Amino acid sequence: MSQSNKSNWMKTAAGYAAGLLFGIGLAVSGMTDPARVVGFLDVAGAWDPTLMFVLGGAVITTFIGYRLVFKRSTPLLGGVFQLPTKRELDAKLLGGAALFGIGWGLSGYCPGPAIASLGGLSLPLLAMLATMVLGWFVARRLSA
Amino acid sequence: MDWMASLHGLAGGVLIGLSATWLMVTLGRIAGISGIVGNLITQRPKGDSAWRLAFLLGLISGPLVIMALGSGLGNVAVNGAGSPGEVIGAPVGGVGLMLVAGLLVGVGTGLGSGCTSGHGVCGLARLAPRSMAATGMFLLTALVTVYISRHMLGLGGGV
Repeated sequence: MSQSNKSNWMKTAAGYAAGLLFGIGLAVSGMTDPARVVGFLDVAGAWDPTLMFVLGGAVITTFIGYRLVFKRSTPLLGGVFQLPTKRELDAKLLGGAALFGIGWGLSGYCPGPAIASLGGLSLPLLAMLATMVLGWFVARRLSA
Repeated sequence: MDWMASLHGLAGGVLIGLSATWLMVTLGRIAGISGIVGNLITQRPKGDSAWRLAFLLGLISGPLVIMALGSGLGNVAVNGAGSPGEVIGAPVGGVGLMLVAGLLVGVGTGLGSGCTSGHGVCGLARLAPRSMAATGMFLLTALVTVYISRHMLGLGGGV
């Protein structure tokens, strides 16, 4: 195997490992259950704090992890750290986030859990994934 | 309070954080699902698609691994009708509602450059002002949406 082929395979394997770990994290935490997510958002009902623990655990771990990672000048498998550089709080960011929140509240699915739940095949989930992808194309058209 | 559920949440959250750290240290990328998968599907970037596709397949296989490992590892709140086990919960609404919700999630995360993972986990961990603002905004509209649908329109458990 040539050197560049080997490096491509390693990048693909690293991507798979990240996705697998992420999917396992979502499953273990219960975020693959939209009822838990809606339960967290339902502060006036029987509030379910689980999501708070998930987000807290994930943010703190990532905060510490990133601090260690950024002691390096480049990623292990080459290239550069690709971090967003935009700073301004524009209408596109806030309007987009607002629309996303409405869809999240209605369904209890954000993109990660929706995709990770594919193994539990159901018609409503497939419908949601189809229009989510359509929405990504629409957003791209609007941004162009 | 259900401490077992909270503990599961915390453990799963740590795994998600480890995944985000791993993706950064190996490939130098933010673990934002809408960005990784959205760009893969809408742009198919040349030379930058293989890891995205691999991540997507990993994401789908994660819960299946937990299912295969057997009972007790998942954290589904209510094992309702149509729910395929204790790992993946059933949708809370029908096809019509999900069509609308999916479009909002797609357009919103596309325009807003991220979702719960990109802004909520990785962005907050980087103390990025844009991600803090976005996370505050989508949490707010999600809370209001659930309040209106459940407590004003009286659409109970399954909206």
